[in-house]
Amino acid sequence: MRTGVIAKKMGMTRVFAADGAHVPVTVLSLEGCQVVAQRTSDRDGYVALQLGAGKRKAKNVSQPVRGHFAKAQVEPKAKVKEFRVSEANLVEVGMEITADHFVAGQKVDVAGTSIGKGFAGAMKRWNFGGLRATHGVSVSHRSHGSTGQRQDPGKVFKGKKMAGHLGVERVTVQNLEVVRTDAERGLILIRGALPGPEGSWVEVTDAVKKALPEGVPVPAAFRKPSDLSVVDADTAPVIAPPAPEAPTTEEGAGQ
Amino acid sequence: MANIIETLNAEEVARVSGGKTIPSFSPGDTLRVNVKIKEGERERVQAYEGVCIARDGGGLQESFTVRKISFGEGVERVFPLYSPNLDSIEVVRKGKVRRAKLYYLRERRGKSARIAERTTGRD
Repeated sequence: MRTGVIAKKMGMTRVFAADGAHVPVTVLSLEGCQVVAQRTSDRDGYVALQLGAGKRKAKNVSQPVRGHFAKAQVEPKAKVKEFRVSEANLVEVGMEITADHFVAGQKVDVAGTSIGKGFAGAMKRWNFGGLRATHGVSVSHRSHGSTGQRQDPGKVFKGKKMAGHLGVERVTVQNLEVVRTDAERGLILIRGALPGPEGSWVEVTDAVKKALPEGVPVPAAFRKPSDLSVVDADTAPVIAPPAPEAPTTEEGAGQ
Repeated sequence: MANIIETLNAEEVARVSGGKTIPSFSPGDTLRVNVKIKEGERERVQAYEGVCIARDGGGLQESFTVRKISFGEGVERVFPLYSPNLDSIEVVRKGKVRRAKLYYLRERRGKSARIAERTTGRD
């Protein structure tokens, strides 16, 4: 099992296939996706990689967490997440995962937090049909219908689909195709829509229901962050214990 | 990296149009659109000639609509401006119109559906 990556959703666009077909793609950006810690079976009882992505101002990170990042000698990260890996696929702490970790044509699963819809009615939340437009229906055209039976059982069963809060939950979309990757700029183009608003973090992993294609880098595609030859100014990480942030041109970075 | 999406769109436009130049045209112009058609293994080019009645969208997403009367029946085709299936676009005649969308042509036939030729103004 290879590690996944934490990526930022940049937005959607289209690319043209060779036969002229439009391919709708979501653009994901890897922003300093580094290994922060390793979990080993000896010490933790399971094997995983802890990755971090994005930037966070050192002053906004609590002392213990800052110490955790300092130990790994990485900048404080905005988003931290563990990925289960097999023992052979552990990657050294401090290494930065690059976009060519995935290959074009590969299937991936993407998990993110869906856009919040607030308190939503039964039609929007559960695709109920609502009531009729005419024939005596007044006011309650978008309501749900009956919620149960009669005096027996005399209650509404638990789990009954009704109006309520919709969105802001973890959603995983399986078997999405990787259309293109760009290791230099850290971009991954994935066919189709992904959960969550633009600017949110998503987790991209190899598809669990599809076999890995040939030519996928094992254990992972990574580089030393000090290798600045292919790193651009926005994502260039600094190898030092938490230092004051360099100003970034990227807006909204490091909230 | 000002805006990744815009940069990507610009690159895709360059990649898809690679070498091709798209002439400037506007609604009212008569166009000959050379469309690549794949028949099994063979690929050939078919011309579709008609009046451009609309241009929609911008950048990579831009498309245009071409209307013609084929065997007495009005036919409209929408082409993505940067589609790899377009071999080339030729401007046959410039038209003088006062609207951006010439949907009124759909209700007209024959004499009233004519568009005067434009000889002045921009290319």
